[in-house]
Amino acid sequence: MKKKLIWAAVAAAGLVATTAHAGTLEDVKARGVLNCGVNVGLAGFGAPDANGNWSGFDVSFCRAVAAAVLGDPTKVKFVPTTGETRFTSLASGEVDMLARNSTWTFKRENDLKLTFVAPNYYDGQGFMVPKALGVSSAKELEGATICVQTGTTTELNLADYFKQHNMKYTPVSIKTDAEGKQQFLAGACDAYTTDASGLAALRATFEKPADYVILPEIISKEPLAPVVRKGDDQWASIVRWTVFALIEAEELGVTSKNIDEMSKMTDHPELARLLGSQDDLGGELGLDKEWAKRAIAAVGNYGEIFEATIGANTPIGLARGLNAQWNKGGLMYAMPFH
Amino acid sequence: MSLADSPSAGSFRLSKLLTDKHYRGYTIQFLFLILLGGAVGWLANNAVQNLDRLGIAPDFGFLWNRAGYDISMKLIHYTNDSTHGRAALVGLINTLFVSVLGCVSATILGVLVGVLRLSRNWVISRLMTVYIEVVRNVPLLLWLLVIFAVLTESTPAPNEFRGANPTAQMWFWHNVAVTNRYVALPSPEFWRSLGNVDLGIFLVSLDLMALIAVIVLAVLGDRAWRRRAHRVQEATGRRPATWPVTLLLFVGAPVALLAALGFHLSAPVMKGFNFTGGILAPNPFFALWFGLTVYTATYIAEIVRAGILAVSKGQTEAALALGLRPGQTMRLVVLPQALRVIVPPLISQFLNLTKNSTLAAAISYPDLGATLGGITLNQTGRALECILLMMLAYLAISLVISVAMNLFNRSVRLKER
Repeated sequence: MKKKLIWAAVAAAGLVATTAHAGTLEDVKARGVLNCGVNVGLAGFGAPDANGNWSGFDVSFCRAVAAAVLGDPTKVKFVPTTGETRFTSLASGEVDMLARNSTWTFKRENDLKLTFVAPNYYDGQGFMVPKALGVSSAKELEGATICVQTGTTTELNLADYFKQHNMKYTPVSIKTDAEGKQQFLAGACDAYTTDASGLAALRATFEKPADYVILPEIISKEPLAPVVRKGDDQWASIVRWTVFALIEAEELGVTSKNIDEMSKMTDHPELARLLGSQDDLGGELGLDKEWAKRAIAAVGNYGEIFEATIGANTPIGLARGLNAQWNKGGLMYAMPFH
Repeated sequence: MSLADSPSAGSFRLSKLLTDKHYRGYTIQFLFLILLGGAVGWLANNAVQNLDRLGIAPDFGFLWNRAGYDISMKLIHYTNDSTHGRAALVGLINTLFVSVLGCVSATILGVLVGVLRLSRNWVISRLMTVYIEVVRNVPLLLWLLVIFAVLTESTPAPNEFRGANPTAQMWFWHNVAVTNRYVALPSPEFWRSLGNVDLGIFLVSLDLMALIAVIVLAVLGDRAWRRRAHRVQEATGRRPATWPVTLLLFVGAPVALLAALGFHLSAPVMKGFNFTGGILAPNPFFALWFGLTVYTATYIAEIVRAGILAVSKGQTEAALALGLRPGQTMRLVVLPQALRVIVPPLISQFLNLTKNSTLAAAISYPDLGATLGGITLNQTGRALECILLMMLAYLAISLVISVAMNLFNRSVRLKER
């Protein structure tokens, strides 16, 4: 009886799984729409507005890939995924790619059979506390109750950090940022921990953001990257080089505004290769010549995306920090387009 | 199998599998089973192949890997160095804990409300009607969210208990603190503890075992004393007083044991961000327990009311005519007969309560769904395996409850001789 049950459940899962196979590019082209897994709602990174239009940092990468592959940045179906469902959605073929602040880790890549294409945001886990608590360092959190989002690397980092420093804590596992916000504001936990970018995004939605501080300690490395299924190298390359194209564009000074003039500058070989006015790099990806040009024209270069969604002049107010270009003290480094 | 009535008995030929109406039935059933098995096998094979191609073939090895995360409420020893399997066990025990407590309290409340709804007192019976109709017609999930929000928003944060002049006060002579995270209770301690026995999976406190043994002995001793009192009464017509012995057995013996073990309470103390020492019972637990209790109690109350109304009025009248008081009539005549009607539907309510405890996810109570089906699932990505294990666990719990309650039902149902 038990065995039968197992098989029945396996079968049910199997029916869902039948849609996934290698030729993702053909699937997307045939469908005419890119299915992109995003956060259910994280201000600045990926959230729908009142009219249901998605915008944000991660959302821009979905649109860039759609522009490169399908020639239209609006041909994206955004599939909201929680921390728990994201990788299952991807593995089962429900989405073609994830752009959902997901950390690149060894286990995820090798145990879950995923390919993280290229970090698009270098993050690190931090702590936020009410100012009234009088805490100025994470090392003073001995015995504290800490809200942590379940299904993330955050939980493991938290356990590791407190173990390292020989401190005790009580975790409160929460499912979504909305629930965490309610618990944290009600004082049901002393501190809230997640990626520092997420803390800034969450704090921007508080009624009195100034009453809360983000502690200086960054306790982990969180390289966030778009994800695709392992085993479809062509598709992984398309998404990876779309990310690189946006980063390269910033380095070369190409913006969504000057791209038309820039693409006419035939005396600049790097530009000509990137924007497809000379070489046909796109053909090797299974795309046309102007794939990168369309992606940049649709969403802007990496710097433009950053400033428009999460930069210093937005409510999120994040500094470039590690995410500045490599020649400006950051880690953003596009592999050469040769 | 008796084929005595069948004319074809004793002379079976292979062709009869098709021609004889009796045997054809078996043929059809057999073919149906083969088809069903084939269909299930095809689906399973399809699933396994697809999963294989995706590189996610079922593998339960992760249960023995280090979990690496912490759990807020654990009844057995657990650290982030324990395995995923043990984390699942912690969750399972939390599920069982809240389910068992919920079943007990829901039954007590349900019987009380069911009886009171039949009360001749207009105010009481109408109040019970309102309670039942209001509570059971709103989804349990909403009740849980409301109860949890009230517990969180209306109680003081632990840091309000800090300092020389705290804004919040502890109750019961500085023993109990109700906060917006947990209720801090004093924990029982023993100066001359008997220690623990390690069962491999968890530790069993010998002190607790000794206490349970003394209480069981007290029950047995009390019964023996009552039987003696009966015999004396039948022989001499005078019944010796039983209450001093009952009192001695149920109060004296446990108190003597606790005194011998050096029992004392250790009150929780505010230190840093939170209370330390004592038992910190998290609010999600109380919210879930309370929610499951008041919700399921409404259904049990209706079952009890139906059971009581099913006992014919003549029984009550006859009992009253014999000179029994109303309380005795209920206890000795009506309830024993009502139990026959009450117990079978009660089983489904217990099963419902246990399954409803999965709503714990909404209020961060670390039940099986939160550890195995939540954090472990996320960290390992083994969704299929985790969900299968959870289904098996709930199936097993439900079947155990079902069997136990059916045995109880057999003991209370009408004995036909």
